Amino acid sequence: MSTHEITYLKMKTRQQQKSLEGYVGFASLPNQVYRKSVKRGFEFTLMVVGESGLGKSTLINSLVLTDLYCGEYPGPSHRIKKTVQVEQSKVLMKEGGVQLLLTIVDTPGFGDAVDNSNCWQPVIDHIDSKFEDYLNAESRVNRRQMPDSRVHCCLYFIAPSGHGLKPLDIEFMKRLHEKVNIIPLIAKADTLTPEECQQFKKQIMREILEHKIKIYEFPETDDEEENKIVKTIKDRLPLAVVGSNTIIEVNSKRVRGRQYPWGVAEVENGEHCDFTLLRNMLIRTHMQDLKDVTNNVHYENYRSRKLAAVTCNGIDNNKTKGQLTKSPLAQMEEERREHVSKMKKMEMEMEQVFEMKVKEKIQKLKDSEAELQRRHEQMKKNLEAQHKELEERRRQFEEERVNWETQQRILEQQKMTLEKNKKKGKIF
Amino acid sequence: AATEIARQAGEGARAVPLSGHVGFDSMPDQLVNKSVNHGFCFNILCVGETGLGKSTLMDTLFNTKFEGEPTQHNQPGVQLKSNTYELQESNVRLKLTMVNTVGFGDQINKEDSYKSIVEFIDAQFEAYLQEELKIKRTLHSYHDTRIHACLYFIAPTGHSLKSLDLVTMKKLDSKVNIIPIIAKSDAISKSELAKFKIKITSELVSNGVQIYQFPTDDETVAEINSTMNGHLPFAVVGSTEEVKIGNKMVRARQYPWGTVQVENENHCDFVKLREMLIRVNMEDLREQTHTRHYELYRRCKLEEMGFKDTDPDSKPFSLQETYEAKRNEFMGELQKKEEEMRQMFVQRVKEKEAELKEAEKELHEKFDRLKKLHQDEKKKLEDKKKSLDDELNGFKQKKTAAELLQSQAQQAGASTTLKRDKERK
Repeated sequence: MSTHEITYLKMKTRQQQKSLEGYVGFASLPNQVYRKSVKRGFEFTLMVVGESGLGKSTLINSLVLTDLYCGEYPGPSHRIKKTVQVEQSKVLMKEGGVQLLLTIVDTPGFGDAVDNSNCWQPVIDHIDSKFEDYLNAESRVNRRQMPDSRVHCCLYFIAPSGHGLKPLDIEFMKRLHEKVNIIPLIAKADTLTPEECQQFKKQIMREILEHKIKIYEFPETDDEEENKIVKTIKDRLPLAVVGSNTIIEVNSKRVRGRQYPWGVAEVENGEHCDFTLLRNMLIRTHMQDLKDVTNNVHYENYRSRKLAAVTCNGIDNNKTKGQLTKSPLAQMEEERREHVSKMKKMEMEMEQVFEMKVKEKIQKLKDSEAELQRRHEQMKKNLEAQHKELEERRRQFEEERVNWETQQRILEQQKMTLEKNKKKGKIF
Repeated sequence: AATEIARQAGEGARAVPLSGHVGFDSMPDQLVNKSVNHGFCFNILCVGETGLGKSTLMDTLFNTKFEGEPTQHNQPGVQLKSNTYELQESNVRLKLTMVNTVGFGDQINKEDSYKSIVEFIDAQFEAYLQEELKIKRTLHSYHDTRIHACLYFIAPTGHSLKSLDLVTMKKLDSKVNIIPIIAKSDAISKSELAKFKIKITSELVSNGVQIYQFPTDDETVAEINSTMNGHLPFAVVGSTEEVKIGNKMVRARQYPWGTVQVENENHCDFVKLREMLIRVNMEDLREQTHTRHYELYRRCKLEEMGFKDTDPDSKPFSLQETYEAKRNEFMGELQKKEEEMRQMFVQRVKEKEAELKEAEKELHEKFDRLKKLHQDEKKKLEDKKKSLDDELNGFKQKKTAAELLQSQAQQAGASTTLKRDKERK
């Protein structure tokens, strides 16, 4: 017996703007978030893909300003593989009180074989397996704080041919653009003059558009300043980079660069290459967004496809489009209800058929009974008629007999009287 | 100090020195920017008897006049009314939802009072869980309605907790962060207050009620939080009226014997409450709700539905396997039901057929009997006929014989008469 009601079980969104007189203090929320995030630490997984010799390791070293790949831990090009491998290295870095766990995913052997068909498959498998791990961790009954080892960004190295994308480039990007954020880079850009570079970039972007490849898009913000920067980057896509492991002195400044007889190509010089843009974008401004897009878009795609497959047993997409708004269990509930009503209908139908057949049979029986009864009646009548007839004959016979017998008696008497008379007559 | 991530990475990661400024120290800022752009949301539940000043305290805490009229005492049951407001302070937008319990403690029989509250809290968890389980979901734009903090208003009797309070808090402590506060504390003197607080704390402990502890694991706030933990439960006074003290307008309650200033820490713990609830630990309250209370709810719910993490051999289940197994079980069940129904029908048909066959047999037997009867009758009739025929024949013979005799006699008589006549002459 409940005497209470529950109103507004779902929150009413009667939302109103309220002006606050006096300082409340929730403007410190960002600080609280800041504090907690620093305490927790950060993680990021970066994948590098490209043929050997495109300067991938060098670029990574330049990006994180550390010798990630050195004698002890050689870079991918130094590890000659026959087939495409996928390898991870994890490094912990600390800067300004902020700790970052950076995972670099290498793909040595990519594009190096004579026959490169399916060389993207190990990459796809790796990305999917990370999604799978996360999905399983997320779906456990007992969950802990889950480490996020999903691939957040893929740097794709394009060889500086100056002409356009190779078929392998196009194929790879088409297969991976819906699984990971792809940032295409022109490697070893110091082999291209600025004009060649411009042409090359235009050509590449044209081909990317043509093949409907979705590379990572920088989000628009409300901030005017930021939007300007974003536009700059967008205009210079794909970024042309140069990496270097060596520090050179130029004009009494120590810079990273590549020493040529004709000069030094400086890595961090914006006029020489787009490295700084890449570093700023990748690490200093959009690292969080790369993670968010991976989580909200790529991972969700994977998850919904996986769960839809399980729930609908892989039935065709058109049928299940409308049903994807539920959880698999809710789906089963609905199927159960449908089944129940289907069964009810079936039961009713069977019941009807049953009743009808029974009625038929009973009717037949009745008819048969009636028929037999009728015949029996008829035969009885027949017999009775015969009886009557017999009775009549007998009666007639009796009548005749009685008559005759009476006649005979009279005759007898007459005879006797005659006899008597005769005797008397004889005497006279 | 090692971060959680570093701990998790464990042996697999090597620390590397940096030879310059890479720039990832902006990550917290990036994260903060994203949060600020997204907006924050916070949900407070106020539980307490009618008239303890819940609405006033909310108005005072958030420096604004929220809606609503004071409720009467004649509510038939406990209802929960919620309102959502969008507030902004500098560039921070907060979607604040306040849920009030209406009619709490007013009924004669209060046994079920806590139920609506528990149901409400569970309903919010359920909504979130459902969203999380959907195939196509939009978690990052989901309006989180889970209760992050529950302010439990204790009546300022000065003695101890009421049994309703203990019962309710015990039911709620595993579902929500409870922050008990002594309401209308301007009715208690300082010395009484100290005793009251001690009594309340010891009652909570002895009854095993887990209230929310301000976290002390972050060095930045550990000290202030642990000090504040010692001042629980906070004794608060709320007021939306302003009184001039000195040359400032302050919020206060004016009595003939003096003015209680809300923001004066000597007068009440309002400032402490605001500090702890909003300025220091709001984010932690949200985090605890998500990682502790919600996870507990989710775990129980999933176990209820039959989900397990490991199969009998202690090998972990993958989500897909679990769902597939469930689905197979489910399909099997449906098929079984169908089969059962069919069988039932087959059975009925068999039975009915047997019945009808039986009836048919009886009918035939009946008519066989009648036929036999009829045949007997016929035979009797035949016999009678035959006997009649025999009699008829006998009679005929007799008649014929008698007539023959008569005619003979006549002839003889006639000849005798002739003879006599002849003799006479």
